[in-house]
Amino acid sequence: MDPKAYLTVAAILFVLGVEGFILRRNMIIILMSVELMLNAVNLTLVAFARMNLDMDAHVVAFFVMALAAAESSVGLAIVIAVFRLKRTANVDDMAIMKG
Amino acid sequence: METLFFTIFSIMAIAGGFFTIAKKNPLASAMSLTITFLAIAGMYSLLDAPILAVFQILVYAGAIMVLVIFVIMLINQPDEEYAKEKIGRARLTVGIVLGVFLLGILLKVIGSINIPMPPDTPEGFGGINQLGLTLFRSYLYPFEIISILLLVAIVGAVILAARHRQ
Repeated sequence: MDPKAYLTVAAILFVLGVEGFILRRNMIIILMSVELMLNAVNLTLVAFARMNLDMDAHVVAFFVMALAAAESSVGLAIVIAVFRLKRTANVDDMAIMKG
Repeated sequence: METLFFTIFSIMAIAGGFFTIAKKNPLASAMSLTITFLAIAGMYSLLDAPILAVFQILVYAGAIMVLVIFVIMLINQPDEEYAKEKIGRARLTVGIVLGVFLLGILLKVIGSINIPMPPDTPEGFGGINQLGLTLFRSYLYPFEIISILLLVAIVGAVILAARHRQ
């Protein structure tokens, strides 16, 4: 099995995550695009671990998973707090620092 | 056989990723993202990483997506609010062009890789034994620091989301 196939799938998922992060205006979907990018990176790490037969990349992927869980929980808590104030989850309406 | 499973999992993952960013309703996005996570867990199994596949399902599909769906439930906006999200055609075009450009760069870099995949893995590669030994021997300090980071995240999330009585 060609290792480039796994890396190509990971690259496509990463670019999809970047597109979602840049183009979407809903806060929750932006956070989900970040999770998509992190998963693409994890897939790259595991593919390279298989190519070089090194378990260190598995441990790094494990840490990335734990970090993604922590970051998504804090991000979603922020979404709840902002929604309680502004009654909207649209980032275009959260522009009080603008100008 | 491996190629067949890889094709199925990659189509699942890419379609799930596309619908995650393309659907207006965040609940549909969350369901698509769960499909992507399951497909990636399948690809971890193909890559001789069984314990990471289990952790992927446990942590991502089992914990993070449940948290996201709870938050969508708490936010609880009607469908008309989600349909109001508009992207201008100019911004969409520029975004897609830049995305294709980034994908081109990544694929060019991937094309220049010449490392072959060894056909056999050593005994126990990717298993819980090997992962535990590597984690607690070479990566002990990062492991302890990640525990503190998770504690900080828990405290921070509770403080941010709690209702503070004035």
